[in-house]
This record gives sequence, C-alpha cells and structure tokens, in this order.
Amino acid sequence: MNPDHPNAEWSAVMFDILRDAGIGLFTHVPDHGNDFLIALAMEHNDTRTLLLTSEEEGVAICAGADLVGKRAILCMQSSGVGNCPNYLSLAKGANFPILMMITMRGDYGEQNPWQYPMGEAVDSILETMGVLNFKVERRDELEKATLAAVDASGKGQKPAAIVLSQKFLGAKGF
Amino acid sequence: MTLESLSSLERRKVVPELLQDRGDLLVVTGLGSPSYDAMAAGDNDANFYLWGGMGSSITIGLGLALAQPERPVLVLTGDGEMLMGMGALATAGAKHPRNLNIAVLDNERYGETGMQLTHTAHGVSLAELAKACNFDRTDIITEMEEIGPFRQQMQSTDAGLRFAQIKIKAENLEKVLPSRDGVHIKNRFRAHLGFQPL
Repeated sequence: MNPDHPNAEWSAVMFDILRDAGIGLFTHVPDHGNDFLIALAMEHNDTRTLLLTSEEEGVAICAGADLVGKRAILCMQSSGVGNCPNYLSLAKGANFPILMMITMRGDYGEQNPWQYPMGEAVDSILETMGVLNFKVERRDELEKATLAAVDASGKGQKPAAIVLSQKFLGAKGF
Repeated sequence: MTLESLSSLERRKVVPELLQDRGDLLVVTGLGSPSYDAMAAGDNDANFYLWGGMGSSITIGLGLALAQPERPVLVLTGDGEMLMGMGALATAGAKHPRNLNIAVLDNERYGETGMQLTHTAHGVSLAELAKACNFDRTDIITEMEEIGPFRQQMQSTDAGLRFAQIKIKAENLEKVLPSRDGVHIKNRFRAHLGFQPL
C-alpha cells in the first residue's frame, strides 16, 4: 500500500469507523475513490473483500450477510447506482439495511459529459428506492456522515449510503 | 482453461492489426482503453465509441448485428466491461447472429480506475463462457499471428458468432481520446449507413 496515496488519510479514518461497527465484508467495483479503502480491508485480519462484476451483486450479497447476522458494505462509483434499483427491492421489500459507499462522478468539476447522466440521477434513485443519503463535500463532514450511515443501517435498520462528492474527492482530468 | 501468465501482446499493435483492411466492418468499442485503442488505430465513421454505460457494449453490438445482417459487426471491449454485462453473452448466443464478433482485450485489469485485478486474473475464462453460450468460434489469442485468421473470419457475415479473448500486456498508455460528444458520434455513424439526422 502506498502511504502517499491521495485518499490514504481519510480512507483510514473511514475504515476504522466501519470496522469498529462490525462491517466485515467489503464488496466493491473498483474506483479511484475507493481503492485505498479496499486495500485497507484486504490487509486487515478483521475484514474481507469481494470483487463484483456489477454493482447490484453487492446489494444481494449485503442482504445475504445480514440474513446470517453479519455486516457488509457495497463500495462503488456513482455510475453503478444505476445498476442497483431492481435489487434494492430487497431493501424495501424485506427491510434489509443495505450500506453503501458511493464515490461520485458527474458532479462538481466533472469533465466527461458521459458521467453527468448518472451523476445527476444518484440523489433521486437513492430517494426513490428509500436509501438514506449522507453526503460528504468537505473533509470535516466525513466522520459524521460515515457514523450516521453506519448507525442508520446498523441500529436504525434503514438502507443508507455515504456519498462522497467530487468537491471532496477532486475531479478526474484527462 | 486458466492462463498462468499474461501474454506479451501489446494492445496498440493488436488493434491496428485487427482493424486493418476493415471493409464493411461496423465497430462498437467498450468504454475506456478499447475506445482509445480504436481511436489510436485511426478514427472512422463506422466506429461507435462508448464513454459510459459500462457493460452495454455487447448488447449494442447485438442490436446492430441483428438490424444490419449484411454488415459484419465487431464489439471491441475489455475484460472488466464485458464482465459487467456477462448476461449479454447468453443473450447473443441464444439469438445467434452470424455476423457478430466479440473481441475482448484482456489485461486482467480495470484500466480506468487504477489497474485493479478483474475476475480473469482469478481463474475465470471468458472464452469458455462464450463457448458455453453457443458461440461458434471461441479463441484465446496470445500471439500476433493468430490475429490475422480471426480478422478474416470477422469480416464474413455468415461465419457464425465469434469470440476472441485476446490476452494482452497490462500497460498504461497515453490516452488517444475520441470525441466525447455522443450525439455527434451517433449521427456520424448513422450518416455512414445512409441515415440522416432528424
């Protein structure tokens, strides 16, 4: 792991909160925004990772983990939110408290026009499917948003997402 | 079938070899490096470059192949993109157009997001999947000399449904960006086929 990774500091903070809350399985589709968090989860003895081909698989895996009393998280880029709604019927239909960590494209500073359609749709898809939306736009919001999402899903039994804006992450250049 | 090591094939040499003398070939490229590779090999009105909709390249190519049975179609994509729309292989296999080719540039990595390993680095064979999905020809290509025979078959509209998993070197190359204006790319492609914008 590269300690100079631009996401190293906050990823470690987020990882500790998630691990302390008993989240043991990190399902993911790779993204620049989550790769240090996933590297931490790969390295730590308390946590495992699972690579998905498509994001909706993670919704079902989180539901399966919940059925046997374990906590999991789905880490993905915002474009993957569009792959999830049908599977999020699990969250509404059976009240599975799915937890997500979403790294945004298609918002603040985006340079690729193809990223905007899904970037702009994330809030309304989450709302439509009943997923609470905890946004992080500044570094000082990270702990509170992560804890709020973890508690909303773990204690409150609500599906919840930590949504990291490009205002916080930085936008990808060409 | 699992390959122990990546081949030494370079994607920027493979793609020009695949696209040379392309004739009537219509090409759909999966987002990320395959789009840059096709652009690097020479922009063409008969290329539709995807910049989003990860997982959709094979089904776009299937729609094209069914709607234009007299033109050969190539979907040029990567392993990560294909894995996200794996069900498309079964859909294509069941419909079984005889003018559709799928070439997957397999570097066992997600190139756009930082070269994280994909499932093909962990024992998953895309060619075997295609074979199980009713493809007529499924190749695992590891040598440059194997590209030519695939290319010749690819340009037929009656040779069956064909799949090539081309094992390539994992390398980060300079991006050669096609236009990001999807409407422009679409209208240009349609005009090439004789359809004018509304």
